[in-house]
Amino acid sequence: MTKKLVSTVFLGLMIVLLYLPIFILAVYSFTDSANIGAIHGFSLQNYVTLFTKPELREMIAGTLLLAVGSAAIATILGTLGAVGVFYSGRFGNMVVGSLNQVPVVNAEVVTAFSLCILLIGACGVDKSSFISLLIGHVVLESPFVYLSVTPKLKQMDNSLYEAALDLGASPSVALRSVVLPQILPGVISGFALAVTLSLDDYFITSYTKPATFDTISTYVVNATRGSQTEIKTALWALSTIIFVVVVLMVILMNVTGNRNEKKAGAGNEKEM
Amino acid sequence: MSKFRFQRAQLCIPYGVFLVCFVLAPLIVIIYYAFTNGEGQFTLENLTGFFTSPNTIGTLFYSFGIAVVTTCVCLMLAYPIAYILARSRFRHKSVILMVFVMPMWINFTLRITALKEILTVIEGNLSFHPFLNTIIGMTYDFLPFMILPIYTTLLKLDNSLLEAASDLGADAVRTFLRVTLPLSVPGIISGIVMVFLPSMTNYVVLDMLYNSTYIMGSLIGAYFSSYDWHNGSMIALILLIIILVFTLFTNRYADEDAGSSRGGVLR
Repeated sequence: MTKKLVSTVFLGLMIVLLYLPIFILAVYSFTDSANIGAIHGFSLQNYVTLFTKPELREMIAGTLLLAVGSAAIATILGTLGAVGVFYSGRFGNMVVGSLNQVPVVNAEVVTAFSLCILLIGACGVDKSSFISLLIGHVVLESPFVYLSVTPKLKQMDNSLYEAALDLGASPSVALRSVVLPQILPGVISGFALAVTLSLDDYFITSYTKPATFDTISTYVVNATRGSQTEIKTALWALSTIIFVVVVLMVILMNVTGNRNEKKAGAGNEKEM
Repeated sequence: MSKFRFQRAQLCIPYGVFLVCFVLAPLIVIIYYAFTNGEGQFTLENLTGFFTSPNTIGTLFYSFGIAVVTTCVCLMLAYPIAYILARSRFRHKSVILMVFVMPMWINFTLRITALKEILTVIEGNLSFHPFLNTIIGMTYDFLPFMILPIYTTLLKLDNSLLEAASDLGADAVRTFLRVTLPLSVPGIISGIVMVFLPSMTNYVVLDMLYNSTYIMGSLIGAYFSSYDWHNGSMIALILLIIILVFTLFTNRYADEDAGSSRGGVLR
């Protein structure tokens, strides 16, 4: 009994420590206070600033656009790579598989620095063209797409593809209508992962971005150096919104996940 | 008429080319820059410079210290959390796990901002305790990455082994030390991989907390912004070698399922 109590208290305490900073910031984002600790009146000014200041709006829109765009490219590249490697010999498996591990284990600073030296130093790419930024994010994301698609390919029932060919489908049709549906969950989670990686990234962005462009990460880091209170407290509002969105996504994922499990369970019972 | 026939293996060509161009080629360029000087001649000066300058060597050891302490603190907090979650009979285990992992999806610069505000209220000037605050910041940032792989490994643990141990007369402590702990080593190693290298190089955490950048990653940043790409490449190369040795050493023990736990519960 005491054992259970101690573990529950410990877990509770850790959760409180993890979320306390975010919560306090969320509470203060609804006040007109510029510092934590001072008690002030209720105000929505931070949220108004966040959505009306063009600089902030452009920064948020740019971050989202970059995340979704680079994740889409990374998902296509990574999925094609995983499918191709799955059907290729040991050589392809070894080359692509081990190169794929490099950005996964490498420190982000090193990835960012080396890519920047290659693109800007050796190839003379213009940073302001967004090309280096886009390539950087795809390099960061596609290995993780690859890693989330590969297990689904291994679980796949291979005879279905053969059956499709026997029934007269061309290889590309069979890939699209037989293989793709089976690996789709891996592709979707790979895409979601790619988006979160892009949103969270600081190093690759700061080394490859055009000087006038900022994502949330680089903007926040610059803002902590500056002394503009208006921006600082508007970022509290942003943090609160992101927190709420993440919570909603997790709840949504859990609900749909449970429903799918139930469906799968019902299907199995029927088969029996 | 072309004799081209579509083969499934050819699908990996675009990704293969992409990896060669933007993963392999940058590494080659780094090696080239690390061993040349401004005139493009071969030199070992960058290498000897790194090991003779007290600044760079000091930074290397300091970041090593930060990484070791952060990893230990994360492990000591994450193991009990993962253990309690995996072994207990809480009804909504996966939901509680989600709660611990969710901070991973909130932008880390915003989380560090929040932490900074709180620490400032508690401590005042954060630069009075630089090492302590660095550890707090890094632990706060990386703890979820340690919890997830250990939890995954513990969840797979075969219950009958624990029953066998207690049937054979081992008490709870002995069972834990001789059965549970050894079997969870792969998860622990995966967690260490996830935490050690980032905490050695993530200079943004320090920079945001108290405007200091005395850590390996920031050396690259400093050389980069002063356009000293040759010395910067040497630092990157040395980090790369540390990472390579570290990966070769840990790959043998790490848990494959828990391996790339950045994806975590998304799978």
